[in-house]
Order: sequence, then structure tokens, then C-alpha cells
Amino acid sequence: MTALIDLSLHEAAQALRAGETSARELTLACIARMEEVDGHVHAFLAQTPDLALEHADRADKMLAEARKGENESLSNLVGIPVAIKDVLTIRGVPTTCGSKILEGYRPPYTATSVQRLIDSGAVILGKTNTDEFAMGSSTENSAYGVTHNPWDLARVPGGSSGGSAAAVAARMCFAALGTDTGGSVRQPAAFCGITGLKPSYGRVSRYGLIAYGSSLDTVGIHAHSAAEMAVLYTTMAGHDELDSTSMPGAVEEIQLQDGDLRGIRVGVPKEYFIDGIQPAVEAAVREALNVLGDLGCELQEISLPHTNLALPVYYIIAPAEASANLARYDGIRFGPRKNGDDLWDTYLKTRGELFGPEVKRRIMLGTYALSSGYYDAYYAQAQKVRTLIKQDFERAFERVDLIASPVTPTTAFPIGAHEDDPLAMYLEDVFTLPANLAGVPGLAFPVGFDDSGLPIGMQITGPHLGEAILFRVTHAYQKATDWHNKEALL
Amino acid sequence: MTEFEPIIGLEVHAELQTRSKMFCGCAVVDSVSATANTRVCEICTGMPGTLPVINRRAVEFAIRVALALHCEIAETSIFARKNYFYPDLPKGFQISQYELPLAVNGWMMITTNGEEKRIAIRRVHLEEDTGKLTHRQTNSLIDYNRSGVPLLEIVSEPDLRSIDEVRAYAIALRSLLRFLEVSSADMEKGVIRFEANISVRPQGAEILGTRTEIKNLNSLRAMAQAISYEIDRQSRLLANGQEVRQETLGWDEGLKVTVPQRGKEEAHDYRYFPEPDLPPLHLERSWIEEIRAKLPELARAKRQRYVDELKLNPYTADVLTNEKDIADYFEATVAAAPDLPAQQIGHWIGGPLFSLLNDAGIKIRETLISVEQLSELIGLVELGKISNSSAKAVLTEMFASGAGASQIIEAQGLEILADSAIIDGHIEKVLVEFPDQVQQYLLGKEPIFEWLFGQVMRATSGRSDPQRLRQALARQLRALDKRQPPA
Repeated sequence: MTALIDLSLHEAAQALRAGETSARELTLACIARMEEVDGHVHAFLAQTPDLALEHADRADKMLAEARKGENESLSNLVGIPVAIKDVLTIRGVPTTCGSKILEGYRPPYTATSVQRLIDSGAVILGKTNTDEFAMGSSTENSAYGVTHNPWDLARVPGGSSGGSAAAVAARMCFAALGTDTGGSVRQPAAFCGITGLKPSYGRVSRYGLIAYGSSLDTVGIHAHSAAEMAVLYTTMAGHDELDSTSMPGAVEEIQLQDGDLRGIRVGVPKEYFIDGIQPAVEAAVREALNVLGDLGCELQEISLPHTNLALPVYYIIAPAEASANLARYDGIRFGPRKNGDDLWDTYLKTRGELFGPEVKRRIMLGTYALSSGYYDAYYAQAQKVRTLIKQDFERAFERVDLIASPVTPTTAFPIGAHEDDPLAMYLEDVFTLPANLAGVPGLAFPVGFDDSGLPIGMQITGPHLGEAILFRVTHAYQKATDWHNKEALL
Repeated sequence: MTEFEPIIGLEVHAELQTRSKMFCGCAVVDSVSATANTRVCEICTGMPGTLPVINRRAVEFAIRVALALHCEIAETSIFARKNYFYPDLPKGFQISQYELPLAVNGWMMITTNGEEKRIAIRRVHLEEDTGKLTHRQTNSLIDYNRSGVPLLEIVSEPDLRSIDEVRAYAIALRSLLRFLEVSSADMEKGVIRFEANISVRPQGAEILGTRTEIKNLNSLRAMAQAISYEIDRQSRLLANGQEVRQETLGWDEGLKVTVPQRGKEEAHDYRYFPEPDLPPLHLERSWIEEIRAKLPELARAKRQRYVDELKLNPYTADVLTNEKDIADYFEATVAAAPDLPAQQIGHWIGGPLFSLLNDAGIKIRETLISVEQLSELIGLVELGKISNSSAKAVLTEMFASGAGASQIIEAQGLEILADSAIIDGHIEKVLVEFPDQVQQYLLGKEPIFEWLFGQVMRATSGRSDPQRLRQALARQLRALDKRQPPA
């Protein structure tokens, strides 16, 4: 028999149902795997074995009842160990956002997305590493050390949800939650050779997602396949009265059985195949497009003319919102405090000593963009351009059903490569930012490897609330190929 | 010396008495008496990851006020973040409204010295209150019970020209909030708070002078003193050829002077921007109209109706409509006793009862006298069962003990003496007791009649029916006159 940790989520769910294993056994296997490899990967900031076993025992009870026929409609999530990015709250579990300013903080409540997983029987294994307050594309900005890419420990896993992506890629858990504000789920998915979803803005509740850029933040998913992600997505998606920006109404059902993609129109934006893109990345993406063509998709070149404005617009809006969102970290009510001579000195010391350099850089950028006299030139102007980017997508989706592109211009880069060059780091997200600005869903999945054996990802983007077609196309692709089944040797 | 004219605008913050807070489910409680930090949750303490949800009831209350102030209500308004650091502000920003407030362009009538004046309202918007800081010798304490309580900001145009007008405006606004049942508008407890913008200009000048802003005025008295101090200060500066500096001031209650607030607190750039966690607030026209249809009658309209329809005198109508609770009590009494004349009810509430309340220093809602008990008493007066003066004594006793009128009248034997035989008996005794006075009367000294009347009344402890007594006394004196031998 395959080792428990090598099962797919559905195989594990099947084995649990059949009584071939228990949730406790499965959870212990994941904990053992964490002990084995996380010393090298450093995906987790907090492991919660006690909580996990509590969840596992509860899941075993649910499974026992189901076997007695008392609970027919059992979720495939029952007893499945998952990890949670450390920017989502779980009551009583340390939550740091990768920052010293939240060291020791235990939130008094649980995020809606996480709660829905727990309610469906999932087992929470722990909190995963992240760039501080999700600001970064490599997990190097974490105050608690970098996460290593399971495919090459000298390289970054991407970020900011690098811990979640690495945990899934290293098979320490079956799936994980990340967050995606500018590409933070999709880019690490591509770097780690797994599948990642950024849902539409408003599709999954943000309640309990510690805000970075509120109008861009989404709760995303990491798993090995679209089919696995669909289990978590259907559990979490839907209105939450605690999040006024969450969409009311029913969630479209995810249909995975159909392998035939005839009639689906795929747009390939010319602006996404730029100079400087790694040749292996372009080649793998072109090859994947051919596979989609073979499955019946109609490919056509399209234009998203404002693509080059996404980066500057993002780096005004996200920092502006962040400058307000991060004002609450003042050492007064929670987290460590650095006492100064007076109140203002205490503020300066606490925030000055406990925030990392990238967080401070973005707070300053955002504060500047909102300042009196600059607001119209920066923030107001950026919002106007954001509307143009949104309209690019709306126009494109009149002609095509989805848009395909690379996730990132390159494969995973060595740790420290962009250390002194924040701009180069910002360019990592150039293909993923537009979906956040437009609020549309994006899904990244593995489509090959470069010469160094590093994974390459492709991104497909759908219209707002168009997750269903992304799942359907990815699932068909993953039935026709086996890139997603390739494993990092660790 | 040049006469200077003050130009004053008021900014009023009123906490709305909704059941729950503006953006979370925590209860709104009296922040003076509730135990600190017992009505808080992760949202109103600004815990990371939390999001606001708009309290529909607070929006309804705000619409009620905006409609009563004749404002234009925006079908789409937006919330904004107002950014500044202070320990009583847990998120580091206050959710308020900036561009596109809930309502604009209203007005309210005020009356000063019998003159009516229309004061324009610039805007009405919703926001959240901050926590409450208590500064001690070596540290400060924060109570977040108040954090997130719905706060309504009402900004007037600079239409006020005197302290009297400021006071009239403040009182009228307080009355409006109370009549609309949206706020206790209690100044002592900080439920409503004032800020004033003040400038002065030479009488007759067109151009406005430089204005200063006085913050945190928490009583009518403090506001009047601070504004009047500021008017003098600015007038003196200008008269001496100096300039007024545009600045934010505080009121020093001890020294009775306005003092500039320290630079750090003054130099705010609030960096307003639209709150991304709240979609624009869209209001259905039909909902606004529904709220309009259910608006209660306000003080001015009530006063007019009391005079026009209930035939109350204007003074009594004023007294009855100054406080919503008094007007409610009056109307409840009128409803409980439809057969009694409203003027009499108005007279008893606005006169004797009002004095008793004032002397005791209590509010009408605290009185032991129920509207049924009061209407019973007035009914007995109307039926002639008890004299006016006795009724006042009975009311005093009712006020003190909460006992019913009949019970007190019976216990104290205050019922009016209407038995002619008994009255005649008392008259006979008085006429025998004071033969000299009777003689003088019979000789033509008419005023002696009133003196004799008083003696009989005293003999009956004031209980004699005055009409009957008068008639009987005259009859007996006439009888004596006939028996007199001619002089």
C-alpha cells in the first residue's frame, strides 16, 4: 500500500470511509512527516498536534457514525489534515503574520474560512510561514526565517503563502489555505509544483483574514489537484454575514466529470509573453495551451491593454490600504510593547522595532499616497486606472471564457537573489496582480519543469464568480497529463 | 471701539441609542455606569482580521434625524477611514463618512427672544465612537465599552450670531434627538458633545474673519463660557490690530480660558479614503419614505397643536413641550381622561406638578403619580368635590407618598362641605362670636362681608363650598338686618 501521506485527498477520504485507516492514523502520519522534513523546509510557524488530534478523534467519531449509516452526507474533508497560513485566525492558536509585532498573540476568534473547514471535519495541523503581513513573493520577509522550496532547498518557495505551498509540496498535509492579494497563492503554487486557487473577490469570506490590502485580499487554496481544491472550495465559498464584501447568493456547483472541453474559448493575452520571460516557462505554457487545444478548447490571441499599469496601480492601492490596516499594531492592546518616554515614543519604538523593513516600506508608501495634497495624484488616480484594468477583463470575457498565461516570468529563484532589489521582487507578481485588481478568480497549476528540474506553472483566469470553468478546465488538463503528480524528492 | 459680530457654527456629536453598536453586535450601554470593558468583542476592540457590518437600525435613526432636519438624503453614501493614532481608537482609524455623507443641506428653526430664525445644516453623517480614556497619575486606563457606539455628526452652517442663538440651537437639537427617540442626548454623560467654530468681523463687514475651533465642550454652560471668551479674545485682538490665528483650541474649565491644543494633536492629516471593507450604502427611496411616514411629532409642532387645538396658553404649551417626557405625560393624561378639559390638565402638569418636580430635582418619568391618579384628582376638582387649594395639598401628598387622591382626601377630611345645614351652623356661630363686626356690616361697612366669609371658611378648614357659603352668609345677614330696630 502507498504510504498514507502519498495518497490523494480523495484516496485518503476513501480509505477513511472504508475504515482502512483512521483520521488519527492519518494525522499522526502527517505529524511524523512534519518531524521528518520540516526542519529542512520550515513551512510551519506553529504546529498544533494537540488540536489536530482533537479534530482527528472527532472526525473518527463522524466516520464511525457514517459507517453505521447515521450520517450519509459526509464531506470528503472529514479527517483530512490541512495547514493554515499564519494570517488566518484560529481561536487560541498563536497567529503572527510572520511578524514580531504579533509575537505571542492568540486571537479570540476563528476565521470564517477556517471555521467552515473545521465544521466539515477537517483536521488543522498548524500555521504556515508567510512573508510578514503577506507582503512579499518569497517568504524571505518572514520575521521567523525563510521557508525552503521542497524541490530545491536553496531556493525560495515563492510567497507570500510560501509556507502553505511548501507544506503541500512536501506532503506534510493534504491541502492548505493561503491568501492572495497580488499573487500570493498562485506564484508559490507555480514555484512548488502544486495547484493553487485565488477565488473571486467576495467569494470566500475574509472574516479572520488579517488584512493587508482589503480590496484585494482573498483566501486561497493549495492542493495537488483541482479536484482536491474543489473539496475545500465548496466547503468555504458562499456568503458570510460577517463580511459585508462577501457575495450573497448561491455558489455555482463545481462539475469535474467532463473531460471534453469543446467550445471553450481560451484567450491568450499578448501582453503576458514579454521580453525577459524565461524561455522554458514560455515553452511549457505554450505546450500546455496545445494540450488544451487538443482537449477541444479554441485558442485566440487577445489584448489586455492596461496590463503594464497593474504593477504601479497595485503598489499604490495595496500599500495605502495597508497603511490603515496596520495602524492597529501599536502595542496597546495585544502583542509586545516597547515602552518609550511617552505615548508617541512608545508608538515609535513598538512599530519601529517590531515591523520589518518591507512592511515599513509599504506603510510609508501608502501613507504618502493618501496624504493631503497627494491623494488625487496617487490614490484617486490609481483607482481610476484600476477601473480600466477591470474593464480590460470585462471586454475580454465578452469574447473568451477564460484567459491563459504564465504565472510568473521565471521559476523559483535562489534564496537571497532579490535581497537588495525590492523592485525585482515586485516584478514577480506582474502576471498575477491584474486578477486581484479586477477581482476575478485565478488558478495556477503545474505544466512542466525547467532544465534545473524546477516546476513551471500556468495561470488561467475566469470572469468574476467564474470559478466553475477554471476547475473544469484544470481538471480535464490534469486527467490528460500528470505534471501535478510529480513529487519533490525530499 | 468697533463693534464685532461673531460668526458661529456648531458641530454636534450624538451617540445613538441603538441596541447594538455601529459595526458589531455588542450592546450599547451607559458608559458611565457599566463595568469597563464588559461590552466588547473582537470587532470593537480592533482585533486583527475583523470586519465591520453596518447596523441597519443606526442608519434608520440617522435618517430619522436627517428627515427631521429637512436634509436631502443621499441614496448612495460611503464610509471612509479617518486615520490617526490614539489609544482610544483601537483600529488606528475611525470609520466615518467624508465625501458623500448620509445627508446634506437641511435646516432647523430656533427661537430667541420671541424671534424665529432658520439655521442651515451642512451635513449629517454616521460614524463610530471611540473608547474612553481615564488619565491617572502614572498611567491611563481605557474602557472600550463605548468603542464602536453609533455616533451621529450634525454640522451646522456658521449661521449663529450670539450666545443666545447657540444655546437655543443646542437645546432645540437636544429636544429633536429626544423627540425622535434616537438618543438620550444627555450632556453630562457625554452622550452629546459639541465643537464650535468661531470667527468675528467688524459689524457690517462682508468678509469672514479667521476662525478658531473649540473642541470637547461637554456642557451648555462650558460651551457658552468658552464661546463668549473666544469672541472677546478675537475681538480684542482685531481691535488692537492683531491677527487671529487659525487653530484648534480646548476649553480649560478651571482657568476659564481657551487654550491652543498641542501641535501633535493639531497637525492631523487624517488621510481619509473610502472604507474598503464596506460597500457603498444604498438606501431604498421606499424605506426612506417609510421612515418619514413614521416620524413622530416634534416639539414645535406639538406646541402649535396644544395652542391651536387644545386651547392651551402659549406659556403652558412651552413648558409641556420643552421635554419629550413631559409632553408624553401630558398626552397620556389627556388620553386617560377624555372628559376633562385639556387646559386644566395642562395647567396641573405645567404648574403645580412641574414645581414639585423642580423642587425635588427629579424627572417626570420618576414621579410616583400615575396619569390615572392625576386625572382622578383633576376630575374631583372639576366636579367640585375638592377645592383648588386642597387639591394642591393633595397633589403634594400624592407626589410624596404615591397614594391616590380619594384616599388622601378621605384620610385628611378634605372633601368639600356642601351640606347647607352644616354651613349654616358654622355661620351662626361666627355671627354670634363677632357681634361688633356684624353690627358694622349692618351699618353699611360692606368689606366686612369678606372678613366674615373668611372666618367661616377658617372654621371649616377651608372645605366649605365657597358658592354655597357666600349665599348662606348673605341670607343670614339679611335676616339679621330685618330684625334690627330702626336707629
